Amino acid sequence: MEAKEERQLPLGKTKIKLKRSKIQRSENLAGFLFVSPMFIGVSIITLLPIVATFILAFADWKFIAGWDQLKWVGFANFEALFSDSVFLKSLLNNAIFVLTVPLTMIVSLVLAIIIDKHVYLKSYFKVAFFMPYISSVVAIAVVWQVLFHPTAGPINQFLMSIGIENPPLWIADPKFALISVMMIHLWISVGFNLIVYIAGLQSIPKELYEAAEIDGANTWYKFRKITVPLVSPTSFFLLITGIIATFKVFDLIAVLTSGGPLNSTSMLVWYLYDTAFINLEIGYASAIAVILFLVVFAITIIQWIAQKKWVNY
Amino acid sequence: MNKRSKLDIKKIMITIIVFFCSLVFLLPFIWMLSTSFKIEADVFKFPIEWIPERWNAISNYKDVWFGDYPFYLYYWNSIKVAVSTTLLSVTVSAMAAYGFSKVRFPAGGWLFFIVLATYMVPPQASLVPQFLLFRNIGLFDSHLGLVLLGSFSVLGTFMLRQFFMGIHNDLLEAAKIDGAGHWKIFWRIAVPIVKPAIATYAILRFIWTWNDYQNPLIFLRTDKLYTIQLAMQKFTTINGEFYSLIMAAAVSAILPLLIVFIIGQKQVIEGIALGGVKG
Repeated sequence: MEAKEERQLPLGKTKIKLKRSKIQRSENLAGFLFVSPMFIGVSIITLLPIVATFILAFADWKFIAGWDQLKWVGFANFEALFSDSVFLKSLLNNAIFVLTVPLTMIVSLVLAIIIDKHVYLKSYFKVAFFMPYISSVVAIAVVWQVLFHPTAGPINQFLMSIGIENPPLWIADPKFALISVMMIHLWISVGFNLIVYIAGLQSIPKELYEAAEIDGANTWYKFRKITVPLVSPTSFFLLITGIIATFKVFDLIAVLTSGGPLNSTSMLVWYLYDTAFINLEIGYASAIAVILFLVVFAITIIQWIAQKKWVNY
Repeated sequence: MNKRSKLDIKKIMITIIVFFCSLVFLLPFIWMLSTSFKIEADVFKFPIEWIPERWNAISNYKDVWFGDYPFYLYYWNSIKVAVSTTLLSVTVSAMAAYGFSKVRFPAGGWLFFIVLATYMVPPQASLVPQFLLFRNIGLFDSHLGLVLLGSFSVLGTFMLRQFFMGIHNDLLEAAKIDGAGHWKIFWRIAVPIVKPAIATYAILRFIWTWNDYQNPLIFLRTDKLYTIQLAMQKFTTINGEFYSLIMAAAVSAILPLLIVFIIGQKQVIEGIALGGVKG
C-alpha cells in the first residue's frame, strides 16, 4: 500500500536514484533468501565433505581411533592403491562394466524405433520395459539372485531341460559373476534409454523420411543416414550419463554379490564402501573416493567440451 | 484398402514379436508375484507353476508384515522419509530455481555456478566425511539425517529453473507494479504455472527416495528405524532359504512404487524424456 502511494508522488532525480538502490538492495536480499536454503544445504551436504575427502586422502586414520591418532602420510595412500590388487581389479571391473552402456543403447534404439512407429499398444510397451528401472534395486537383486540359483533356479532348470548339461553357475562363478551383474544392469537400464530415445526420435522431422522414400531409400539406408545421425545428441547424452551411472552402481553389487566371488564383481564404489565402513580405513577409503571423483570429473569435462561442439552442428 | 489391411497384419506381427521381448522384462516380476503366493516346497518346481496349485498367500504375507521383521513398521518409516524428503526437496529446489531465474542479483551467477558444480560430484565421493559429520552433529541413525541427505539435490533446481525461465517476465512485472513482493509472486504466480514440472519432480524424488538403499545402509543402525529397502535386505539375510517369504517381501517393497508410477505414468515418462533430450 505504502509503495503505491510513493510512486504517485513526483520525485526528484536524487530520490529516484535512492529508490533504485533501495530496490536493488531488496532484490539482493530476496535473491539471497530464495537461494540460501539450497546453497547452505549443498555446502554442508556436498561441498564441505568433498573438500574433506581430498584432505583425508593424505592421512592414515582408522575410524575407531580418536582424532589424535591421525597421521599425515603424503601420497602414501595413493602409492599403496596402485599396488593394491583388489583396487586394480575393481578399476578393471569398472572398465569392463562400461561395455553395458553401448550395448544398452543399441538394444534401446532398435526397440525405440520399432515401438515408436510399428506397433500397437505403444503405452503398454513403454510401461513394460520401464518397470525394472522404476523398481527398487534391492528387490530386483533379490529376485535375480533366486532366478540365477546355480542348481534349483528357474534359469538353470530351463537350460538343463533343453539339454545344456553344465550351465554356468552365474553369480556363484567368478568367471560369470561380472557378466551376470552386467546383464541385470542392462535389463534395468533399457527402460530409461528407451524412453529418452523415443522422445529423441519424435523430434526428427517426418519430411526427411518421406523425401528419402521418394528417392527410393530402403529401411537400412534411412536408419543409417537419417535416424542415427539425427539422434546423435540423444545418444551422446545417454552415453555420458550411462557411463557415469556405471561408476555409481552400488545397490546391485551390495545385495547380489558383495563384490565376490573372489572380488570378481568388486568395483570402485563397492571397494570404497568396504574399505571405509567394513575395514574402517578412513584415509585409504578417501584416496579411493578421490580417484572416483577424478574419473567422473574427467568424463563430465569431456561431456561439456564435446557438447559445445555438438549443439552447433 | 487392400494395402492398408496388409500393413496392419505386418503391424500385428511386429507387435506380437515385441510382446515376446517385453516378457523378458516382465517375467521376473510375474515369477516374483506367483512365488510369493506359493508354499515353500513348490517354489523351485519345474516346469514353473505360474499359477500356484497350492496357495499359501495369506500366511506368507502375514509373516512378512507382522513377523520378526514387521514390514508395517518399515513401511511407515519409508513413507515418513520419502514424503518428508519429497516435500523438503521440492520446496528448497523450487525456491532456489526461482531465485536463480527470476530475481536479478549480482551474486546469483556465482552462487549458481557453485551449486551447479556440485552436480558432478559422485555422491559416494563425499560419503565418508558426510558420515563423520553426521555422527558429530547427532544426525546419524535418525530419519531427519536421511531426509536432509536426500533433500539438496541440484537436479531439481536445475530442472525447475528451466521451467521458471519459460515464464514471461511481463507477467511478474505486472504483479510487481501491483505491489506484490517476490515471495507473493513466487507462491501465487510462478509456482502455479510450473505445477506440472513440480509434480514430475516430486514423483521422481519420491521414487528415488523410496528405492534408496545406500544411505539407509550407512546412516541407520537401529532396527526400528529401518526403511523398507534396508529391511528387505536384512529380511533376506535372516530368511535365507525361505524364498516364498522373500518374494512376498519383494512384492511388498515394489508395490507402492508401481502404484505411484502407474498414477503418475505420464509425468514420469515425459519428465524423463524431457530431461533426457535437453541433457
